[in-house]
Amino acid sequence: MSAAVSQKYGPPFKTNWWVRAGWTLAFLYALYAANYLDVSWVRFIQGLGNGGQFLSEMVPIDFSRWKLLVENLIETIEIAIIASAFGVFFSLPIGLLAARNLMPSWVTWVFRTFIALCRSFHPVIFAILFVKAVGFGPLAGILTLIFASIGFIGKLFAEAIEEISLKPIEALRASGAPFISVILYGVLPQVLNRFIGFSSYQFDANLRNSTMVGIVGAGGIGGTLFAAFQRFDYDFLATILISIIALVMVSEFISVQIKKVFQ
Amino acid sequence: MASTRSIRVENLVKEYTAGKPVLNDISFTVSGKASVAIIGPSGTGKSTLIRCVNKLIPPTAGNVYVSDENITELSGKALRQARRKIGMVFQEFNLVERLSVMENVLSGRLGYVSPWRAWLRKYPQQDIDRAFELLESIGLIDFFRQRADSLSGGQRQRVGIARAIMQEPHVLLADEPTSSLDPKTSVEIMELLVALSEERGIPLIINIHDVELAKRFTSRVIGLSKGGIVYDGSPSALTNEHLKEIYGGEDWLQ
Repeated sequence: MSAAVSQKYGPPFKTNWWVRAGWTLAFLYALYAANYLDVSWVRFIQGLGNGGQFLSEMVPIDFSRWKLLVENLIETIEIAIIASAFGVFFSLPIGLLAARNLMPSWVTWVFRTFIALCRSFHPVIFAILFVKAVGFGPLAGILTLIFASIGFIGKLFAEAIEEISLKPIEALRASGAPFISVILYGVLPQVLNRFIGFSSYQFDANLRNSTMVGIVGAGGIGGTLFAAFQRFDYDFLATILISIIALVMVSEFISVQIKKVFQ
Repeated sequence: MASTRSIRVENLVKEYTAGKPVLNDISFTVSGKASVAIIGPSGTGKSTLIRCVNKLIPPTAGNVYVSDENITELSGKALRQARRKIGMVFQEFNLVERLSVMENVLSGRLGYVSPWRAWLRKYPQQDIDRAFELLESIGLIDFFRQRADSLSGGQRQRVGIARAIMQEPHVLLADEPTSSLDPKTSVEIMELLVALSEERGIPLIINIHDVELAKRFTSRVIGLSKGGIVYDGSPSALTNEHLKEIYGGEDWLQ
């Protein structure tokens, strides 16, 4: 009897042939692309051998140039802190002005374009531009990461503001509160802890990126890292890498603590 | 008496699309201790009416006077200052959830306090004293440091009412203040609103779905239907015939 019911209505789940065709195409393209780019198993096995060689040259790690290392690390941290501070400081008003639920569209259009510009280049490209503009050194790195921060936090902050409940805003406007007070009492409390989250995440990212901008000459430990690579100085390279890992882990720990405070 | 707090709505019209008025030629006056219920089916413009009073929604035509000041012709700073005289209570309380009860109550003073002082929480001492007194009288003094989102619905609505009273309003507008609450709490909230209105001589206008609640607590009922006033009189004179005219149909009256 139940079989009769099933026969009457046909298969209970719809077969989506378009989705199946899509997955098949994606798989075939991956095979084709791997072949075209000469990604092969043989090369991978060879690479493993080279990698092992490389790793073995890293030990024992070389701590003899710790002064240079510490100097570089401090510069890296300084770049990250200064860039994060200014980046966060500028992102607040920029994110606010880009939020479509609070601002007229001609304002948001301007600031959304600015944020999109900040996001359109990878920090390395910004770093190259700023090294050309202001010369080698940490200033170029700081400027790079300020723009990266605005691109990231500004966008997320604007989106966070667009998701807030407008009900308290209505109540505050109805009580005759001036615009700034509406922002302070209605908007900020709703987005503050997310903003702290974005900021600490961005500080993490800035710390990692500030180890990288040095590769193109924009200050920080990246320059030394790159030099160690080119001189086949692998034992010192290992020291640098380990200290970067330690640095990122410490900052991770700190940002977790900060977020706890602002629960 | 010139000092009586009052609201006068004159020939108010609101059209969201031209030629299709949501509110059509609404006129009424409320002054002193009166409490007025506005009843009518959903979508008949009750919320629009209440928001036209403080120009959260700009009316298409007509005038609204709060204690003889014409709100409709104001804009910018003058409008903001006039809004301080209009307290508003909302269906879903519209508190700032992440701020404390005290901060929410004091936010009724934001129209009087500069943003800078508001940010630093440097309110005038008399505002703080009044906030404490209000919280005592509505029975929430034990909660003043708690965050608003830790309160129950009824408690939140009390905070919402306290915020409106902090404005020292000349008229109190309540938009479905009991629709998110259980029946017992609804009665308590209505009692509180009417008591505050009578105690302080603030005209009270309540949008409400619950006709029985309206008849029980208010001194006057205005029935809206299809954007116009079809009943304006005492609650006791409101008959099933009137309700039929306001809401349409009659099966639901059984």
